[in-house]
Amino acid sequence: MRIPVSWLAEYAALPADLSTEALDAALVESGLEVEEVDDLRGRVTGPLVVGRVASIEELTEFKKPIRHCQVEVGEAEPRSIICGARNFAEGDLVVVALPGAELPGGFKIASRKTYGRLSDGMICSARELGVSDDHEGIIVLPESTLEQTAVGEDARPVVGLDDVVFELAITPDMGYCFSVRGIAREVAHRLGVAFTDPASKAVEPKATEHPPYPVRVETDGCTRFTLREVRDVDANAESPEWMARRLTQAGMRPLGLAVDVTNYLMLELGHPLHAFDRDALEDVLVVRRAQPGETLKTLDDVERRLDPEDMVICDATGPLSLAGVMGGLTSEVVPGTRNVLIEAAHWDPVSIARTSRRHKLTSEASKRYERGADAALSMIAAQRAADLLVEYGGGTHVEEVADIDRRTPIPAIELPVALPSKTVGVDYDRATVVAMLEAAGCTVDGEGDVLSVVPAPWRTDITDPVDLVEEVVRLHGYAHVPSATPRAIAGTGLTAAQRRRRRVARALADGGFVETYTFPFVSRDRADELGLDEKDPQRQAVAVLNPLDDAAPLLRTTVLASLVNAVRVNLARGAKDLAVFEEGLVFQPAEGWTELDPVVLPVSKRPDDEAIAAAIRRLPVQPRHVAAVMCGQAVPAGVDAPGRAVDWADAVEAAELVAAAAGVKLEAAQGQAAPWHPGRCAELRVDGAVVGHAGELHPEVCERLGLPRRTAAMELDLTALPLPGLAPAPVVSHFPATLIDVAVVVAESVPAGQVESALREGAGELLDSLRLFDVYRDAKLGEGRKSLAFKLELRANDRTLTNEEGVAVRDAAVAVAAERFGAGLRE
Amino acid sequence: MSTENEAGLLQPEALARAVKDAAAAIEAAGNLEALAAAKSAVLGDKAPVSLARRAIGSIPGPERGEAGRNVNAARTEITAVYEAREEILKAAEAARILSEETVDVTARTPRRRQGARHPINVQMDRIADLFAAMGYAIGEGPEVELEWFNFDALNIHPDHPARTMMDTFHIADGDGGYGSNMVLRTHTSTVQIHTMLTQEPPIYTVAPGRVYRTDEVDATHSPVFHQTEGLVVDKGITMADLKGTLDHFAKSVFGPDAKTRLRPSYFPFTEPSAEVDVWFAAHKDGARWIEWGGCGMVNPRVLRACGIDPDVYSGFAFGMGVERALMLRHGITDLRDIIDGDVRFPAGLRVEE
Repeated sequence: MRIPVSWLAEYAALPADLSTEALDAALVESGLEVEEVDDLRGRVTGPLVVGRVASIEELTEFKKPIRHCQVEVGEAEPRSIICGARNFAEGDLVVVALPGAELPGGFKIASRKTYGRLSDGMICSARELGVSDDHEGIIVLPESTLEQTAVGEDARPVVGLDDVVFELAITPDMGYCFSVRGIAREVAHRLGVAFTDPASKAVEPKATEHPPYPVRVETDGCTRFTLREVRDVDANAESPEWMARRLTQAGMRPLGLAVDVTNYLMLELGHPLHAFDRDALEDVLVVRRAQPGETLKTLDDVERRLDPEDMVICDATGPLSLAGVMGGLTSEVVPGTRNVLIEAAHWDPVSIARTSRRHKLTSEASKRYERGADAALSMIAAQRAADLLVEYGGGTHVEEVADIDRRTPIPAIELPVALPSKTVGVDYDRATVVAMLEAAGCTVDGEGDVLSVVPAPWRTDITDPVDLVEEVVRLHGYAHVPSATPRAIAGTGLTAAQRRRRRVARALADGGFVETYTFPFVSRDRADELGLDEKDPQRQAVAVLNPLDDAAPLLRTTVLASLVNAVRVNLARGAKDLAVFEEGLVFQPAEGWTELDPVVLPVSKRPDDEAIAAAIRRLPVQPRHVAAVMCGQAVPAGVDAPGRAVDWADAVEAAELVAAAAGVKLEAAQGQAAPWHPGRCAELRVDGAVVGHAGELHPEVCERLGLPRRTAAMELDLTALPLPGLAPAPVVSHFPATLIDVAVVVAESVPAGQVESALREGAGELLDSLRLFDVYRDAKLGEGRKSLAFKLELRANDRTLTNEEGVAVRDAAVAVAAERFGAGLRE
Repeated sequence: MSTENEAGLLQPEALARAVKDAAAAIEAAGNLEALAAAKSAVLGDKAPVSLARRAIGSIPGPERGEAGRNVNAARTEITAVYEAREEILKAAEAARILSEETVDVTARTPRRRQGARHPINVQMDRIADLFAAMGYAIGEGPEVELEWFNFDALNIHPDHPARTMMDTFHIADGDGGYGSNMVLRTHTSTVQIHTMLTQEPPIYTVAPGRVYRTDEVDATHSPVFHQTEGLVVDKGITMADLKGTLDHFAKSVFGPDAKTRLRPSYFPFTEPSAEVDVWFAAHKDGARWIEWGGCGMVNPRVLRACGIDPDVYSGFAFGMGVERALMLRHGITDLRDIIDGDVRFPAGLRVEE
């Protein structure tokens, strides 16, 4: 809402010395957010004066007609000025920018020679001054201008450039502030100055026996419907300059008297109006809901298919306007309109909101009706419109008045006097509470501890006692709310899962990975790019209905699916060696959710647990995953080392980093999962349950996603990891270890990890540690066989082991491997 | 050598000469190897003092005592000279080795990758820590939400103007339409509902988390961003408690000079409602009030929808932008630096953990 200070000052008695900053503060303290302060006084700098055209010499020797004027600007001699416009005559009052002035857009005025003559200034159009879009010639001021100023005086006040325009953001609970009336009321209260209600400018007429035009209201969505008519009026007369200027400053274009008057009063009163061309109407006006199949071409030239819930104003030809939202093309005021029927109605806000949303059509009218216009003002608004039309367009009032009034009394709200103090922590006495409520327009009754409060008709947002509490604290001033020291309570800190989440992130960061996060939106092609099998459950994704990027409508089912985007960004910016990780939610559709009906949960009371559970059943499963991607050099080449490229084992190690931070033991097994290399993928398990994968990405995936070959990645389901229990302390032996190396020969297909498990099992309790240190292949071992060499560290808690004991452990270990895999000791 | 000659070695002059010769030989040794050779010559079996000791047996008994003391004194003297020399030579040798082992400590290449946490997540952890220290629990909730949690339970009914102001991402139903009743949460206020449905007052919870709105990416907007929700429900909670909590929070995020200002505003789930401005003294363009977030007293309708009696309990709630605070604190002018995934941003912006 744009509001010029001069308009505001008409209804709020602003102190003469009120600074723009002080007014800004008053607006903000009232709850009106100032989005912009447009100080028109700074639009034109330097001399801008009222001038009188003394003489005009027509120059015809150029391509277009040019005028060489002598213009009096209050100096001894008139100034010589060249002008291309032709809409003025000798003796006219004009606005002149003299050399030294600067117009909007950095246009500097200087004396210069043009068309062979001296041009010593410029006669300005409204657009050149930035006061409106009007560029149909220069501004010609009415002779009455000289009542307040003189030739040669500053022209800014005359063209409205002495004003400041505030642009305000209006919250949904302050719909009444989409009007000068509402804003003036707030500002007057805040500054403690007098407020004059613009509604008092007209006297509400009584409905007559017969309406000015036959009308039937057939829907309960219309609370009030009033009609006033003006005959023989010039509906398209040019609006008075002050009205046109205010409309322009408020951001609307003057279009002609009838339309301007309805817009002007809407801005001033907050009550929308509509002007019909009476002679274009047929038969009787009917206000009703639309019928199935009906259409209406609205003023924005869009043919709209109406919904049976839309309210329309019709005549015999069908719908004329989408009630409370926008008029239609057939019954508008047009050139030649002589008889104007003014309609001021009030509509059910919910109905208007739905129509507006349904047709994706937000208008100045719908914005106000949706937030609750003042139904008490309908008739007054229509009357004022008629008055202005008669005053500025000639014509006469028609005696008949229609006022179909279905308003019901506004219910009173019971407010305990102590509730504001109890809620806010400020001690408001009874007088203050009552005074603030009355300042909000409420009618306050009641003697005891409970007040009976009837909100003002423009405050449809006030329905609950706490709404009144807000009025008290707001109008008394938020600045008075003290700051109390918060009390500490007996908390227990982060949960085990929250602590784990932090440890995991910290461990990866310490392990050389940079944390990043990506938007979880992925394309439908991503599943193919990742090489997911047709039946891969990761393909089951939920979609965003209105994605920002139509190419990426799905929510990720794995973190890797979006994390690769970050890798690509970095590669595109020249990075080569990367190690990144992300932890976040993934979204897996609940089984059969599309078949389940949405459960409607109440808001008036707590839904029962079964209902909540049933409703939540349709939500996607949203486990927290952590994923990492690595490419390039794991260790860069340096002065002392040749460097080492990332490989599959780095990915497994990253997963182990996570597992260690999470306090769980990962088991790795040969895996087969997209998007990994089928031969270089470790399936990761905890207590036998698969929790993720790690390894080298499939070469085709790298190719499709533009990742370097051998890019490695891992992803773990953090939610699936069990939280570690209370860990028993280790027994630390003080006896020396017995070291034994053992090399076993097995078939190529036997995984080292399984041989290791067998050795561990066979070695039993005396095994302190075991580590694979060599894999060896040789023709002498036989075709398709390999030798795996392990270092065993044996130790007892209570004695030094003898060599014989060591050998016995080794043999027991190898025996299990032999039994399981036909492993033989390598001699 | 005859016994006579050996006995002659016991003469004081002979012993004195032996000491002098030995000292000269030891001092002449330039390194530990030469010193070992010298040692063998002056203290070994064939050395004069060794021979002299052997000669003691050949002289008359009464003279042996003094002769023995003389020989021992000479030997002690030589040993002392030797040990002094050995110490010097060992030190020189050690110095030589260390000198030879000298490297250029600046000729080094890093052996480990440098990792980093993302500043947004660190910031959220810090906020969680602050409130945990005040006794709060850290709340959580899903990011795809039922509309009931995101809107209805928060007093945003289907026809409420605020519902269209939220710029919501809707989840498509099975037919690609609007019937799913699910959205990507537009605010962390959903966690208020989860918390109140599952816990009894007193409730002191803070919930940092990710939220979604249909804003195109630009220097100050992102469709994915982060908020910190706060919720307190207890007996006798007032707006003054809210103000005090926000003041404390602001000091922790923006420094000890920070203070807050409440401006009347509107949120369906709080009444009264306020926007919170914070006085940020270290702003790069000079100290000023900046918008920080929204807050208010929990609307009794919200309490009722969660089964909490508003006649017994009252509460406050707030929601603050995480990105905005980070940008202000660190003078970040373009939000895209935070969100575009470039590793140089987290690696370059170390936020205290």
